[in-house]
Amino acid sequence: MTQSVVVQVGQCGNQVGCRFWDLALREHAAVNKKGIYDEALSSFFRNVDTRSGDNGPDIYKGKICSLKARALLIDMEEGVVNEILQGPLRDVFDSKQLITDVSGSGNNWAVGHKIYGCQYRESIVEKLRKTAEHCDCLQCFFIIHSMGGGTGSGLGTFVLNLLEEEFPEVYRFVTSVYPSGEDDVITSPYNSVLAMKELNEHADCVLPIENESLFEIVNKIHQMINSGKLGSTVKQNSLVTSSAGTAKTLQEKPFDAMNNIIANLLLNLTSSARFEGSLNMDLNEISMNLVPFPRLHYLVSSLTPLYTLADVKVPSRRLDQMFSDAFSRDHQLIQADPKHSLYLACALLVRGNVQVSDLRRNIERLKPSLHFVSWNQEGWKTGLCSVPPVGHSHSLLALANNTCVKPTFIELKDRFMKLYKKKAHLHHYLQIDGMEQSCFSEAISSLSDLIEEYDELDATKGGPRIDPSRLKIAV
Amino acid sequence: MSVVTVQLGQCGNQIGHEVFSALCSDIRGTHGLCSKKENESYQDSCKERFFCEEESGVPIARAVLVDMEPKVISQTLSMAARSGHWKYNSHSHFCQKQGSGNNWANGYSVHGPRHKEAIMNLVQKEAEKCDRLGGFFTIMSMAGGTGSGLGAFVTQCLRDAFPTSFILNHVIWPYGTGEVIVQNYNSVLTLSHLYQSSDALLVHENDVIHKICAQLMNIKQISFRDVNQVIAHQLGSVFQPTHTAGEGSGYSRNSLGDLVETLVPHPEFKLLGLRNIPQMPENSLPYSTFSWPGLIKHLRQMLIANAKMEEGIDWQVRPPHAGSSMPCTNKPLHFNTSIANLVILRGKDVHGVDLGSFQDPSLYTSWLNPQDAFSAWKTPRAFNKYEKSASLVSNSQFLLKPLDSIVGKAWNMFASKAYLHQYTKFGIQEEDFLDCFTTLEQVISSYTNL
Repeated sequence: MTQSVVVQVGQCGNQVGCRFWDLALREHAAVNKKGIYDEALSSFFRNVDTRSGDNGPDIYKGKICSLKARALLIDMEEGVVNEILQGPLRDVFDSKQLITDVSGSGNNWAVGHKIYGCQYRESIVEKLRKTAEHCDCLQCFFIIHSMGGGTGSGLGTFVLNLLEEEFPEVYRFVTSVYPSGEDDVITSPYNSVLAMKELNEHADCVLPIENESLFEIVNKIHQMINSGKLGSTVKQNSLVTSSAGTAKTLQEKPFDAMNNIIANLLLNLTSSARFEGSLNMDLNEISMNLVPFPRLHYLVSSLTPLYTLADVKVPSRRLDQMFSDAFSRDHQLIQADPKHSLYLACALLVRGNVQVSDLRRNIERLKPSLHFVSWNQEGWKTGLCSVPPVGHSHSLLALANNTCVKPTFIELKDRFMKLYKKKAHLHHYLQIDGMEQSCFSEAISSLSDLIEEYDELDATKGGPRIDPSRLKIAV
Repeated sequence: MSVVTVQLGQCGNQIGHEVFSALCSDIRGTHGLCSKKENESYQDSCKERFFCEEESGVPIARAVLVDMEPKVISQTLSMAARSGHWKYNSHSHFCQKQGSGNNWANGYSVHGPRHKEAIMNLVQKEAEKCDRLGGFFTIMSMAGGTGSGLGAFVTQCLRDAFPTSFILNHVIWPYGTGEVIVQNYNSVLTLSHLYQSSDALLVHENDVIHKICAQLMNIKQISFRDVNQVIAHQLGSVFQPTHTAGEGSGYSRNSLGDLVETLVPHPEFKLLGLRNIPQMPENSLPYSTFSWPGLIKHLRQMLIANAKMEEGIDWQVRPPHAGSSMPCTNKPLHFNTSIANLVILRGKDVHGVDLGSFQDPSLYTSWLNPQDAFSAWKTPRAFNKYEKSASLVSNSQFLLKPLDSIVGKAWNMFASKAYLHQYTKFGIQEEDFLDCFTTLEQVISSYTNL
């Protein structure tokens, strides 16, 4: 069994991270009734003997003593991290896993990347090494951050760079929250594009998320609950947005529902690596199957179902509905419509009581309405994990390498150019040591190249299919 | 003579477990429908072949379990132990932590050399426990990273370490519409490498078994366990003891060797397909009766028309006229030409069955005498609750179309260079791919021109 380490950077990163750890504990508590520290738990948690204080030795087997998250919490302001440390999760983190400062990054990528990066480099490396040492076999770093601000975006991508340098063999999966058009941070396009270059070059896989999509999903669920559909009630703790059953908080914070969705995404992504199933799908398989060319590593994700009804029986029609929903526009976690764009590859990770025949039936059913690139007509990667998420009997995570990410990137580029042409706010960046005009031109060029690669693929869509001629053997 | 089984990867281990379960439950069953003496002889022969005895009386499977991640092996070991009727040797397994990531290059070039010693030590230990070693049976899928890549490497090591032993690879071909996106690459790499070191490749296709589960076994929600149990039944029907030398002789001592020698006269032709009839849900068995002539007729037509299961056989297909010299282009369409066939019959009144229709020269290529091209093994001892059971192991054009399809898709992907960076980073270069494609195109061409 392998271990993964979560690096949460910035306000957004830490708030999402906090939700992740909460839900992870809940999930393991539901599965692990005997309180034994098992391999599944070890992938995200250490078991520490705290009887002699926080620095106790790790316990590798036997009863759970004190679980510590394999995480690094980084923020250049203290507010969010302090709140976590005073909240119900305070015992899950230890003080050695934190890196904080006081003044924040002022929504400036350059401050996060160049100034704080330089300043905290050693400390970050040292703490990363420490967490890696506690791991028997470290497989993956998960970075959670937002693109639009200063810390998550700047320092977050600095850490990404660092991870590639110091731990080249370990996978780097990045969950990035992209800013929306109405983002109130004026410089978010600059921050995002500068960060994109780093993601292009140093990440193994990126899962882009857009707040608008999360918001729409949350609204949909509220409508569902409030509409009181006849006869059926929604199981509260099955909501993909809910913290029901977790440590009680007096008042749910505004972004909690949306962040829970991202937390669930990460849980589902790693479920097949942690729990058993008839067709396992590990993290290295995700990277292998979904990234046909090194730079095209942006995966659009969707989670279904968003909630389950209290009816216990699951007729296969409802199961099939789950598959259909996974491909619909309103279940995607970014504003995109994969059905009308081109698929390079698609992965389906099913959890719960679903068998291979259900999977096949649905793939056959949905295939005709999806466009796959000519060299990967059967580009499906499937996984079956026996353990369902809390509150559900089954669930599906769909990951698509699809050209529908292109509009998101094009919009980002447009917003960037609007500011850049007028040189608006540029001086805030250029006055930082290490920043030059070329950083901007290289960044936008990297993004343009990426968009062009997607363009070239889109151009092949719907065209005549000419299979390359096979090798001829002299008889 | 004993057979050492090597279970590789998730698929190999899941299937391996079902195979030993099926073998064990068959010999323990009381539906042998034959004399006590016959039954005891059968049980002893099976036990010697696949199990070794322990003081507690619980048979221990002669197997080595290999996987690059721990979950499946630990599940397999505990499931076997829980059955109470057989188990695995608690030391005969090797696993790592990270898996192979569906990457053939990772399995072959990284895990293989790194863990060669440990794995071969385990195999050596199992081989030494055998009074006489009959050969190796490896179980793997071609779609993933461990079974396929590490499996190919281990097969090579087996060949180097045991140059005179028989090696039979049981290979699972994945569903056509994807379990793994790079499955066609992994398949091409696996098959071309296995062809160098293996004696024969016995193939099961997931699509085919799935159909059997759906249409013949009437299973509504088919799980991988269901698929694996059908595969295990089919394998058992081939490997359980039989009298190869006619009535009155003892049970054959060397099943693996006999199989390979009978069916693979030429090293260019190693692909073996398997058909087994009848196949039906267990609760229908008491209500069904079978006749040998009926079963033989169906099996023969399945061979000729390349039918994958007993339903939907195309009865229009006929062999070409015997005696006339037919250039292969004039052969009737869809006719499946054979190199060699083996029919295995188990059950009541088996010794009087007429198999003349299988000796028809028009079924075969002209290289071998029909008497040599066809063999029959029989036993009156019924198998796995089927009163009569007939299996066909065939070296013919059965797998030509599926192979061609896999190579075609892989080539298509290769031409666009998609995913190649994933392989080159572990040392498999484009030239290596080209070599593999060439090998397989050669195999396709050879089978096409039969």
